[in-house]
Amino acid sequence: MTPLLATAPVYGLPSYLFVSALLFAIGFFGVLLRKNTLVIYMCLELMLLASTLALVAFSKFNGTLDGNVFVFFVLTIAAAEVAVGLAIIVALFRQRHTVQVEELNQLKH
Amino acid sequence: MADTLFLLLSALTVATALLVVVNKNAVNAAMFLLLSLVGLAGLFVLLDAPLLAFVLILVYAGAVVALFLFIIMLLDTTPGSFKAFQPLTVTAAGLGAALLGFGLWSLVHRAVLPLAPKSVPVPTMKQYAELLFTTYLLPVQVVGFLLLIAMLGVIVLSKKYTEVGERRTENR
Repeated sequence: MTPLLATAPVYGLPSYLFVSALLFAIGFFGVLLRKNTLVIYMCLELMLLASTLALVAFSKFNGTLDGNVFVFFVLTIAAAEVAVGLAIIVALFRQRHTVQVEELNQLKH
Repeated sequence: MADTLFLLLSALTVATALLVVVNKNAVNAAMFLLLSLVGLAGLFVLLDAPLLAFVLILVYAGAVVALFLFIIMLLDTTPGSFKAFQPLTVTAAGLGAALLGFGLWSLVHRAVLPLAPKSVPVPTMKQYAELLFTTYLLPVQVVGFLLLIAMLGVIVLSKKYTEVGERRTENR
């Protein structure tokens, strides 16, 4: 295993995980910051993508394929989630004629 | 070479992700999401998963972002409706995200991780298929069922319902 370590790239698993964590944090920031439901949804997608990057990186650096296969499942769930979520947003828009979360406060009153 | 590519692609991914968050126009945000996806697909290729990069572009760029754009244009959220961020919201959101990022990073920092990538050949389609249809057969079936349920759910959600007192004739 020592020859592998000698030829290791400068940016190894921690770097990939750092990018993944950064991407996740950016998505989280967007979810907290934005008021537009659609943009909040895009930020949720960013968080999902960050998790897939971590899975692929772990898979590569451990020499297994299971992480990569798991990404398939994550992508499928994300596609289903987007379809249902956007249908909910469209239904909400039909009822309330807005996609801004600050105006969707019917439960408060 | 790989290091330079890693830096470039991760910079592209993170920068465009940030632009998704701060962009005033939802259409532009969707476009930046697309760019971020391209960067992420490049990172996948660097990690010896070109098939996943292909699937990512196909599913996300082809279906998800197109669906987003379609819904944005359908709902016609005018760009003028954008309100400036409240300073308190920005501070709180930034603090929350920084805390989350710091927590994740410290978790990575303390873990004992393999430093060098294992020098296994690039996984082929056959290897993926073998895993999917042997070890992960049940999850594949469950996910397929989930897609079916999602499809039914979308049909139910996007159907127009009539009022209780109204007659339901041609709509059913």
